[in-house]
Amino acid sequence: MNIRKNSGPVKWILIGICTLFLLIMLILPLTYVMATAFKDGIQVFVKAVTDEYALKAIWLTIEVTFITVVVNTILGVFASWCLTRFQFKGKKLISSLIDLPVTVSPIIAGLIYVLTFGRQSALYPYLQGAGIKIIFAVPGVVLATIFVTFPFVSREIIPVLTAQGTDEEEAAALMGAGGFTIFKEVTFPHIKWPLLYGIVLCTARAMGEFGAVSVLSGHLRGKTNTMPLYIELLYQGYDFTGAFAVSAILVLMAVVILILRSVLENKGKKEGV
Amino acid sequence: MKEKKRKEKRVIPGFGLSLGITLALLGFIVLIPLCSLVVFSAQLSFSEFITTITRPRVLASYVVSFETAFVAAVIDAVMGILLAWVLVRYDFPGKKIMNGIIELPFALPTAVAGIALTHLTTTDGWVGSFFSNTFGIELAYTKIGITIALVFIGIPFVVRSVEPVLEKIDIQYEEAANIMGANGRQTVFQVILPEILPALISGFALSFARGLGEYGSVVFIAGNKPYETEIAPLMIMSELQEYDYSSATSIALVMLVTAFIILFINAVIQSKTSKIISGIA
Repeated sequence: MNIRKNSGPVKWILIGICTLFLLIMLILPLTYVMATAFKDGIQVFVKAVTDEYALKAIWLTIEVTFITVVVNTILGVFASWCLTRFQFKGKKLISSLIDLPVTVSPIIAGLIYVLTFGRQSALYPYLQGAGIKIIFAVPGVVLATIFVTFPFVSREIIPVLTAQGTDEEEAAALMGAGGFTIFKEVTFPHIKWPLLYGIVLCTARAMGEFGAVSVLSGHLRGKTNTMPLYIELLYQGYDFTGAFAVSAILVLMAVVILILRSVLENKGKKEGV
Repeated sequence: MKEKKRKEKRVIPGFGLSLGITLALLGFIVLIPLCSLVVFSAQLSFSEFITTITRPRVLASYVVSFETAFVAAVIDAVMGILLAWVLVRYDFPGKKIMNGIIELPFALPTAVAGIALTHLTTTDGWVGSFFSNTFGIELAYTKIGITIALVFIGIPFVVRSVEPVLEKIDIQYEEAANIMGANGRQTVFQVILPEILPALISGFALSFARGLGEYGSVVFIAGNKPYETEIAPLMIMSELQEYDYSSATSIALVMLVTAFIILFINAVIQSKTSKIISGIA
């Protein structure tokens, strides 16, 4: 009896346990958000999400997510180029420092920015003089979000480029192609899908970041409240329908992201990257 | 050797530019903030540091965080193996959907997960009412609630660590075990489990470390009763809200060091077993 092709009761018991676990742990919360959001009818939902502050929170989330994705994509492309195309001292250190932020608790991520730019920091008088507000303002929210998603793009590209080797780029360079041409014609086709994949993951985490942003935002309604913070505010004000209505938008985004993710994964696999 | 020699001459352009941009972003986003943490910590007096982290309420929060994150990581490890096994070894309708859903905790904002899980597990929630009526157990606002949230957050870490290793295990091992007369259970525990153990430890360590630092999903479900359901990240948060940066930093340092120790132990285990891994990764 080959256990790979086991079709006996064990298989179905295990599948049953897993399905039950996922249904209760993952699907049920998802369904619950949607059910509660639309419990009092679609009008209540629409009213909750078109509230002045809700719209501001949605817009701020879009802004923050966009900036974060742009910065981390730039980092992802250049860092992976630098780390996989060249040999140099300190390479390992740079690579571990890039990965470091994901191991740091979001609250601690927020804390270190407060220590850097807050009132007790050596930088504070200069920032004050220049009229730049970082803590309890949008720049702080953006910085914290960039921090917690820092390696999301680069760590998807680096393994692919490492596996790829440098032969193709070297050949192109020897034949006289410039840096940008090499990247566009030789490297980019290989990393297209992993790059998009990383961007999708980065988007997901950026729009949902709560802990780090919560430390830095100062919770100024309509100014520094992103969607997750706005949800917290509604929830703590016992406006549960409102909280779940705004959550429903994020749930829909999460589902879209999951679908995109599996599409991109399949594309990447098909092209053998 | 040949490889090394060739790369001494940089044929490919863009080294300076890519290194420059990488270092600039790394410096601004990661290094400067980390340095300010170090500088600020260095200014803390040692006795003040010890007094802060040994306050009974802080100690209690460490214990709560540690306990719940550990139990959640154990549950994740067990369920993660099962899920990875089912996804790799069996074909069944809905497999693709199951595979996609595993990543939900990565895609769903933690605050959303937090409020949904809380509402489900309160004594009048769909799940909570069942447990309180049948077993008399309260889920939300207890350590069980915190653990549930952490299980939710950590499950993809284990599945995604174990899955690729399980996929690459050569069928010959199992065939050999079968021919030599091992039954299904022996094959699983003596042939397959040792192979996936490093990946399992890695997944466990990642979900444990993540659980220790998790805030968004836990803060709603925890109830945040001092000494009982107050997690360490919340302690840091409340010190910050009182602008007591020294206390916040002291508590945070302990958490940071703990997380790094967990990840370091994991790295040591992984490099010791890299012989097994090298064929796979």
